[in-house]
Amino acid sequence: MKPITRRKLIYGGVAAAAGVGGLAAADRMAKRYGLIPPDGGGVYGPGETLTYACQRILTTRMPAREFPRSMISKNPFANEISPPTDEFKRLEAGGFKDWRLVVDGTVAHPLVLSLADLKTLPVRSQITEIACEEGWSYVAEWIGTPLSNVLREAGVLPQTRYIVYHAFEKNLWGSIDLGDAMDPHTLLTMGMNDGDLPVPFGGPLRLRVPRQLGYKSLKFVTHITATDDIKKFGKGLGSVDPEYGYSWYAGI
Amino acid sequence: MWAEFYIEEPERSNEPFLRDPCYSGGVPAALQLERTKIRRHSGVVRATHWLTFIAFITLLVTGVEIVISHPRFYWGEVGNVNTKPLFVIPIPSSRDTVPTKYNYVMPDQNGWSRYLHFEAAWVAVLTGLVYGIYGVVSGHFLKNLIPKRRDWNWRAYRERIVQYLRRKPPGSAEETSYNVLQRTAYVLVIFVLFPLIIWTGLAMSPAFTAAFPWTVELLGGRQSARTIHFVDSGLLLLFLLVHVTMVAMSGFWRRVRSMITGTLRSSGEGQ
Repeated sequence: MKPITRRKLIYGGVAAAAGVGGLAAADRMAKRYGLIPPDGGGVYGPGETLTYACQRILTTRMPAREFPRSMISKNPFANEISPPTDEFKRLEAGGFKDWRLVVDGTVAHPLVLSLADLKTLPVRSQITEIACEEGWSYVAEWIGTPLSNVLREAGVLPQTRYIVYHAFEKNLWGSIDLGDAMDPHTLLTMGMNDGDLPVPFGGPLRLRVPRQLGYKSLKFVTHITATDDIKKFGKGLGSVDPEYGYSWYAGI
Repeated sequence: MWAEFYIEEPERSNEPFLRDPCYSGGVPAALQLERTKIRRHSGVVRATHWLTFIAFITLLVTGVEIVISHPRFYWGEVGNVNTKPLFVIPIPSSRDTVPTKYNYVMPDQNGWSRYLHFEAAWVAVLTGLVYGIYGVVSGHFLKNLIPKRRDWNWRAYRERIVQYLRRKPPGSAEETSYNVLQRTAYVLVIFVLFPLIIWTGLAMSPAFTAAFPWTVELLGGRQSARTIHFVDSGLLLLFLLVHVTMVAMSGFWRRVRSMITGTLRSSGEGQ
């Protein structure tokens, strides 16, 4: 081991101070521009934050990949859903006429919308791939109204940072940041491949978030809440997924 | 890696060294052996070697965990249990939606495996970045890893392969430098397999491919990227196994110590 000279000590000290200062500055910047995910603490926090921050910087305003009609999967795979409750069966028997989407939180005009109301908003169709974190995927045409239309209708207040969404089963919920929420490809989906969205695929209403993996595209959506404080929901990790060990952000 | 074979007893026969093409012009074996300590690996190489080792083992374990949730592989853009697989790994799955030959379902470990997989990937990528810049700037790649100009021919490869097949002792130059087969293996791992596994990993990210769609289109689709990612990880594992075997054959602790301290003791002592 070589002796540590005074010069080395000074260089080392300056480098360490610059490093700490740089990290502190990066942390302030990240907080200011919303680059730290709600589950950005703990052992996996550094990796998760790096992934989320880098992908946020790279993908803002980049549309999800779209495919030609010829690439629509003939036989798409529907993942398991829990058995429908009596209440769900009742709504299904009524052709989902009584299905309601509640929009509240940090909005100027809270809304309660039926599927017919949603269909009066500009409808959009897109052919995108849905990929499960397990590895499998399929391509389908998804038809619905962009979430951003509904949020504009409700008048999202400027302090809003996240959009929280709940499923028919209240314990299933997730959230996305405003970047994903205002992306025109993020779709309140009511139709699939020229028909109504089948129940196994999340019908009557599924939130498609095509720049993230399948588990962010929540099935059976009933409630949308705009918020400035994601910590108020569940265990404060941004969605129910981190409570089961899965990351909040699923862009990779 | 390859040539560390007979290094324990180079003094048994000096004759092959004299006929060794690598040996001509090098330091005579006798002189080399008199030196007991040789500076072998620089600090950056040692630090990045072990960081890569930790990251790779982590990626391997978590990667296997993720594969268990869907041990089927496809080619093209899409693939799921309703489509024909390219191949299936005959192991049980952690999902009851995947048909396997087993009548039980493994526990789901994907949550932490995915968190840790991407964290380890960051360690690997940032380490690779430091190593790559160092390798170019310091001349490490040119000096130690790119096969020497005079070895850019089949004869050099053939001679090396024959040397291994006949289990001939390596030249003394190989005690402190890599031969053409070792260099080729390292170049393939560092410049082909590692970049490809990072690329195919990113090509599976729906957000990354939104920004750079060509990264997945060039590979033939998302499922092709996943399949290449898997095969590449198998090749890297194969490299790891051969690498560790060769290290073991040339004196495991002596070589491991030299990758920690940077100093290689000559084979006579330290065993």
